[in-house]
Amino acid sequence: MKSHTITLSINGENRSVMVRSADTLLYVLRGKLGLTGAKPGCLNGDCGACTVNVEGWPMKSCLMLAVEADGKKVITIEGLENTPIQKAFVENFAFQCGYCTPGFIMNCHSLILKHPDADDHRIKEWLESNICRCTGYAEIESALKSVLRKK
Amino acid sequence: MLPFDFDYYKPTSLKEAVDLYQYLDQHGKQPMFFSGGTELITLGRIDLAYTEAVIDIKGISECNVMQISADHLLLGSTLSLTKIEEANLFPLLTKTASEVADHTARGKITLGGNICAQIFYREAVLPFLLADSQVLIVGPDGKKMVPIHELFLEKLQLKKGEFLIQLATETRFISAPFYSFKRRQQWETGYPLITVAALKIGQEVRVAISGLCPFPFRSKELEASLNKRDLPVSSRIDEGLSKLPKPILDDVEGSANYRLFVLRNLLSDMLTALDRI
Ligand SMILES: Cc1cc2nc3c(=O)[nH]c(=O)nc-3n(C[C@H](O)[C@H](O)[C@H](O)COP(=O)(O)OP(=O)(O)OC[C@H]3O[C@@H](n4cnc5c(N)ncnc54)[C@H](O)[C@@H]3O)c2cc1C
Ligand code: FES
Ligand code: FES
Repeated sequence: MKSHTITLSINGENRSVMVRSADTLLYVLRGKLGLTGAKPGCLNGDCGACTVNVEGWPMKSCLMLAVEADGKKVITIEGLENTPIQKAFVENFAFQCGYCTPGFIMNCHSLILKHPDADDHRIKEWLESNICRCTGYAEIESALKSVLRKK
Repeated sequence: MLPFDFDYYKPTSLKEAVDLYQYLDQHGKQPMFFSGGTELITLGRIDLAYTEAVIDIKGISECNVMQISADHLLLGSTLSLTKIEEANLFPLLTKTASEVADHTARGKITLGGNICAQIFYREAVLPFLLADSQVLIVGPDGKKMVPIHELFLEKLQLKKGEFLIQLATETRFISAPFYSFKRRQQWETGYPLITVAALKIGQEVRVAISGLCPFPFRSKELEASLNKRDLPVSSRIDEGLSKLPKPILDDVEGSANYRLFVLRNLLSDMLTALDRI
């Protein structure tokens, strides 16, 4: 089977889509489902621009085949609305060009849900998965910490 | 997206996976076992890996086991490194695995995939080499439990169609004092310049290393020198360094001499930390 019809639960909605075995989740989200929030960067698992949320965990969608996500719950940046982390990014000036932002937000969003009491070590460990070419790291860290501290 | 097409199969039993491999191999499909799949996805994209049939083993329950059973810890090959870290059943493994790639990627990279990887660092194998673990494999001849030292010589020596199901580790090793440190050329994520993992069993230290040679290893000769506790630390290390396997990596990450310099310091830190215990 070189192609498959898979069902993804994306942002709370079930979507059926025909994919090649060789298609990455990133490619299918952007090219077939019109969800262009996840960004292609390195396509090699290094930069985190393509990060989405699969079953609650952050996932580099360039490192996952779309067929592997069959039947799974996927959340992309389009699925977040007025979450605390989005507001915190605005309030803390946590983006410049914005290319890395969806990936960073999805990673931060998972961290807030999985480890609401994350300590500095864990925060650093999770944030190291994403690269910001504009080097807005300090602001991104402040944005994340502002949400975690409020909890 | 990969530039070539392949069939994708997701068997739910060991037998189904083994049979599929044989069938696909006979039909010239160059089948590949796929666990986290990050190697096929990243190397395939740049034409360094190829297959016409992927056998995803994540649906096989034996490969997803994570439990302590009698006096052994059983870890399935398809567990993601993140899952293993979150459960923290084997602290040396938690520490060593937590330095591989980055946190998000570790949610995809699996234990078996890292140990069987073409990319030769295979850092997650170090704790199992130190703990004399057993590996459970399956293939056309059925299931086999083998001491890791018999099967892991630079890499897991699997025959065509065989794959890793689980690793079994005696619980007395998982709670032993340990040391694990990864030194990179720069930054805080990425491949190692040198990774040293060590366990202390009784009064003896055991040491395994990745990033020094183009394969991870544990060396009994190095350990014998490091355990000469009547000698000063520097002499123990000098003697140990003369017994390392070859070749020492000499590449853009670091020259052979620089790697040996870094290793000397790591061994000294390790002995200082573990001699005290
Ligand atoms: C962004 C990134 C950073 C990385 N950084 C590091 C690092 O710091 N240190 C390090 O050690 N590695 C690192 N790696 C390498 C990575 O750990 C390996 O490539 C590993 O193969 C990935 O695991 P996987 O589960 O995705 O493997 P897969 O891609 O599924 O498999 C890898 C190979 O092993 C075979 N295989 C998989 N499972 C089994 C099994 N159960 N039995 C037999 N054969 C099997 C496959 O057929 C394939 O040939 C990095 C990789 C990426 C993408
Ligand atoms: S595009 Fe996926 S990690 Fe860079
Ligand atoms: S804001 Fe430009 S890459 Fe991060």
